[in-house]
Amino acid sequence: MIRKIFVIFAIAGLIMMLLPLVVNFEYKDSLNELSSQYVRGSIDDLKSQNVVTSVIVSYRGLDTLGEVTVLFLATAGVGFLLKHKKNKNSLRKASELLQTSSSFLVALIILFGIYIFVHGHLTPGGGFQGGVIIASAFLLMILSDINLKFNHLILHLVESFSGAFYVVVGLIGLLLGIGFLNINIVPLGNFGQLFSAGAIPIVYSLIGLKVGAELTAILNTMGGEQ
Amino acid sequence: MTLTIIIILGVIMIAAAFGAIYFNKLLAAIVSAGVISLLASVIYLVLGSPDVAMTEATIGSGLTTIIFLFALNKVRKENKK
Amino acid sequence: MIFSLILGFILLILGISMMLTRNNLIKIVIGFSIMDTGIHLIIVSIGYIRNRTAPIIDAAVNIKDATSQVVDPIPSALVLTAIVIGLAVTAVMLSFIVEMYKKTKSLSIDDYQELKW
Repeated sequence: MIRKIFVIFAIAGLIMMLLPLVVNFEYKDSLNELSSQYVRGSIDDLKSQNVVTSVIVSYRGLDTLGEVTVLFLATAGVGFLLKHKKNKNSLRKASELLQTSSSFLVALIILFGIYIFVHGHLTPGGGFQGGVIIASAFLLMILSDINLKFNHLILHLVESFSGAFYVVVGLIGLLLGIGFLNINIVPLGNFGQLFSAGAIPIVYSLIGLKVGAELTAILNTMGGEQ
Repeated sequence: MTLTIIIILGVIMIAAAFGAIYFNKLLAAIVSAGVISLLASVIYLVLGSPDVAMTEATIGSGLTTIIFLFALNKVRKENKK
Repeated sequence: MIFSLILGFILLILGISMMLTRNNLIKIVIGFSIMDTGIHLIIVSIGYIRNRTAPIIDAAVNIKDATSQVVDPIPSALVLTAIVIGLAVTAVMLSFIVEMYKKTKSLSIDDYQELKW
């Protein structure tokens, strides 16, 4: 009973706290200084069509490195918690339809994921979305074949090498004297082409491989039987 | 147009949120949370941020739901043992 | 957009009240994910500007005059980060729940009293 009263008071307090934000909300009609700097800089300095991509990879690149590290820590935590499993599975097999179609679809889905993260600086999408699409292809494999065993060595190699190369790309910028994770280490190219925007496609491809490998590891630990 | 889409989807999302709170079956609650994420991705697209819409559609409504279902499956298997 | 802002606040409050009132551990995590969606909606609707297009400088946007034709790119970038981190946090929470269920065979939060005072 006392707990319910406390809960009601907490929610009422939260509503009282948030109400001024809604009432005093005012429409913006122009970008603020920082955002216009990012938009102009993305066009003039980085030659990247997608402004969100250039904010994530270049202007807030260190932040993204930290984010990928958090994802790695989460993968390690899930693997550590759900490690020891020795029960013989008595699950029923996947249907004929799923088994036949998955072997055909997996390659296409992986190709689509690679397309998404290679074109991250031109169209919506990028490393995180492409990595998730690649992980969903492996999810289809997990669902279709229950006794599937992933080669953990390849998964670990892809994950750690892409992470290491990401840091190496950052350190090359430091070595050339233009700053950590600067994308100017590669010629910038023309605005709007596939090979443009400096090192953004390289960095986003590495992020895509790393995210795909990590999420595949999470799905394999949580869904697969070992 | 934008307003109509947001109001219609918003009513469905709030209904799905109440469903997630009051459904007794865990499976129904998990699917309701997935529906909220999926409709939110449409709203992001209307609000002019397609990057966020893609991320929410793949991660928020795809992988999160799958991970919930895997955890529910593991819990049920423990129960049976 | 004021309506998506209000929708985000409603989802935030529903998620928090679900976390506070429900008994089942998995339902608490579902409440967390609903709260996450609400917060993302709030941040994205703060960055929206009326009659403008997505921050992708293609044929639909005049390059010379780009800053007066696109919406704010910074909330999009922040929310993209937050969604990925939200997935990682949810996965860790759910694997903790599976481990806790192995120990006590119960999903009810009332059965975990080690930290109660």
